[in-house]
Amino acid sequence: MSKLILTVDDSASMRMLLKASLAAQGFRVEAADDGEHGLERMHEVKPDLLITDINMPKMDGFELIEAVRAVPEFRGTPILVLSTEFSDEKKTRAREAGATGWITKPFEAAKLGAAVRRVCP
Amino acid sequence: MSDELDEIQGIFFEECTEGLAVAEAGLSAMAEGDASSETIAGVFRAVHSIKGGSGAFGHAALLAFSHRFENVLDEVRGGRIPASAEVTKTLLGAFDILSDHVAAAQGGTEPPADAAMLAQLDAVLESKGAVAAAPAPAPEPVAEADEFGFTPVAAVVEDFDPFGFEPVAVALEDFAPVEPAEPAGWTVRFGPSRGALGNGGEPMLVIRELEDMGAVVTSVDIDSLPGLRDLDPEDSYFVWTLRVPGTVGEQDIRDCFDFVAPDSLIEIDREEVLVAIVPEVPVTPAAPVAEDDDGFGVFEPLPVPEELLTLVPLEPAPVVAAPAAVPAAAAEKPKAEARPASVEVAQTIRVDLSKLDQLLNLVGELVIRGSILSDRLSPADQERVELPELSRLTRQIQDNVMSLRAQPIKQAFSRVPRMLRDLSAETGKKVILETIGEMTEVDKGVIEKIGDPLTHMIRNAVDHGIESAEERLAAGKPAEGTIHLSAEQKGARIIVRVRDDGRGINRERVRAKAIERGIISADAAISDEEIDGLICAPGFSTAETISNISGRGVGMDVVRSNVEALGGRLEINSIPGEGTTFTMALPLTLAILDGMIVRLGDQRFVLPLANVIETVQPEPGQVKETSPTSEVIELRGQYLSVRRVGELFGMRSQRAPEDSLVIIVESETAGHVGLMVDTIDNRREVVIKSLEDNLHPIRGLGGATILGDGSIALILDIDALVATGGSSKYALKGMAA
Repeated sequence: MSKLILTVDDSASMRMLLKASLAAQGFRVEAADDGEHGLERMHEVKPDLLITDINMPKMDGFELIEAVRAVPEFRGTPILVLSTEFSDEKKTRAREAGATGWITKPFEAAKLGAAVRRVCP
Repeated sequence: MSDELDEIQGIFFEECTEGLAVAEAGLSAMAEGDASSETIAGVFRAVHSIKGGSGAFGHAALLAFSHRFENVLDEVRGGRIPASAEVTKTLLGAFDILSDHVAAAQGGTEPPADAAMLAQLDAVLESKGAVAAAPAPAPEPVAEADEFGFTPVAAVVEDFDPFGFEPVAVALEDFAPVEPAEPAGWTVRFGPSRGALGNGGEPMLVIRELEDMGAVVTSVDIDSLPGLRDLDPEDSYFVWTLRVPGTVGEQDIRDCFDFVAPDSLIEIDREEVLVAIVPEVPVTPAAPVAEDDDGFGVFEPLPVPEELLTLVPLEPAPVVAAPAAVPAAAAEKPKAEARPASVEVAQTIRVDLSKLDQLLNLVGELVIRGSILSDRLSPADQERVELPELSRLTRQIQDNVMSLRAQPIKQAFSRVPRMLRDLSAETGKKVILETIGEMTEVDKGVIEKIGDPLTHMIRNAVDHGIESAEERLAAGKPAEGTIHLSAEQKGARIIVRVRDDGRGINRERVRAKAIERGIISADAAISDEEIDGLICAPGFSTAETISNISGRGVGMDVVRSNVEALGGRLEINSIPGEGTTFTMALPLTLAILDGMIVRLGDQRFVLPLANVIETVQPEPGQVKETSPTSEVIELRGQYLSVRRVGELFGMRSQRAPEDSLVIIVESETAGHVGLMVDTIDNRREVVIKSLEDNLHPIRGLGGATILGDGSIALILDIDALVATGGSSKYALKGMAA
């Protein structure tokens, strides 16, 4: 069974782009459109990897990661954060929240795949 | 995948449109003094999303501009730049350029010149918003057209790169002379740091990746492995030593460690080979992992407090035990735990409007087939095949599909505050906006099309309706003018009103102008309402006529024709000295109509049921001729004007009124009016097919439909029909536009 990835981004085009890029590389992809929904989907689909945007309405990416890490079951799940830029401050914040790594937007499909395989082979 | 990408890109542009609307609404609110963090964050997020997508789809100029715009918004959001009036003004200006950028990216046209705006944004950034935000704009650099006629894009993109590629400068000297056959191998030592297993880290992945490149694990140092009692299953105690073939580049090895905590032990050394020249590569165990090279990386693990590293007996506590390796998440953020696991979230799905239209069309076809069946089957047969149930379901599907297309009219109203502010600045008049009913739901097609008429009406109201502050005070009115914008549903129509409390229409001047323009004859006896209506007459320029205020002179005839093209009607009510009200009566939907099928000779027409009040079978003498061209019907002591529908369309009817039926309809303009037809066939829902694809718009006709027997019936536009004046005979002559 191929790896299941949950993507959380409030932009539909970004969700579709992630899905298209990842599905083309053999991953199964589920999506959610904000942090709250993402947390709910985590429990429903129990993915092998979570990729989340940071800037989102309702619950943002940092809050989502914190909430996910607070669930014992998801402590070992790799989490990649997706953002257009990563200042040191932002990286620190993401790291403290419990993220595994980061991907900058825009991404290239191959590099996205490489990043995903790094944390979730 | 390119089709898919095109589709996703289409969605991206839809998002841009929505994002721009959100940003505009937010900036407008900021301009009105709402500097709440939600408002600013909303604007930031909108611009941020546009930026994110623009990079993904390779719109470099849009990306560059939105990036700089976002930088300023981020500062405002963080409170480092105040959301002052000047700063907001600059942001609004930047918003305009951003809209142009989006349009250019979507249309594949040249991006707008944005250098001056970028200079203003930079000025705001540098001065932290302290200085007036609009310095003398830097002159737009004159773009030099190159020999192919392309003008260079004025956007600045050097500070980042949309795809994370570094330009590779290759010079011939960079190519090394042929390498010796077998370069020396590498010795790699890897000891994951404590806590490296937290946050989803997995050191074995790195080892496997190295093995894939031909590496061999030569030894594992397990000296630091503690006794079982002290062993933390989530900690890491091993140090691996691997031999990597010399053909593998150092960077490739280093790349494998991108996702490893930087404070892990990572040593990469050339094997000692005498002939090889070892390059000077400073490698220290704590060397930070090359970051962002590939647009991704890994985080250093959290410092783990000692007390959490020692095993504590698990208490059968009712609460979730704080996870040992990631204490921050659970211990420091109780609010995350408190959040219910299942939150009810409205789920949405974005659908291309054309797909909805197709669905609507299919449902329309289904309705028509249903009609055909019910025409062909006897009532008993209809029951036998459960046609009534089928019809009920069809009806439900239809309602559902219609509701899918319904959107709050707010979308069309949202641009008004901004426009009013601009108009206020242009004209120096202070105007207050009052909005009612903005959550009224209307078909999306209608919303899209009322934007322009609405803009024109508001502009007209400010330009010509609202007086100057002095004039208002002199007239005993508050110095600030008020524009009421309202929407409400009335039957199958949406009524949108723009009401101002200005001076009203100057009928003398309108009349004089209309005579001068040859629109009416000098001796025409026309009512006040008709005079008001003249401002919508083609060729009647309102700009200099009604007021001396310089305006843009938007022709109200364009407004009226736009509204009518939608199957709606425009009405103007003006009270001198008190103000003017523009009323748009728009159809709730553009697709399906509850209709009454009437017969005139051998033709059938559809009357929108929403307009029908009652049907009267006239007694002899009940319909009276009041002039050779007009008739009235006496109904419960009242006289209502009667129009012979057939004659309106130039069809002769020899029928006496008592052999006909009079259908009393309600019209927006003329109140209750009787329409004389031969007979009524039945009542049914019809699918409106536009005539305008093939014919010019014909006033009095709202479209056509296909009836159950496959024949075509024309749909009457009651309002246009009764708005044709007192004379019924051939009144529509010459009205076909």
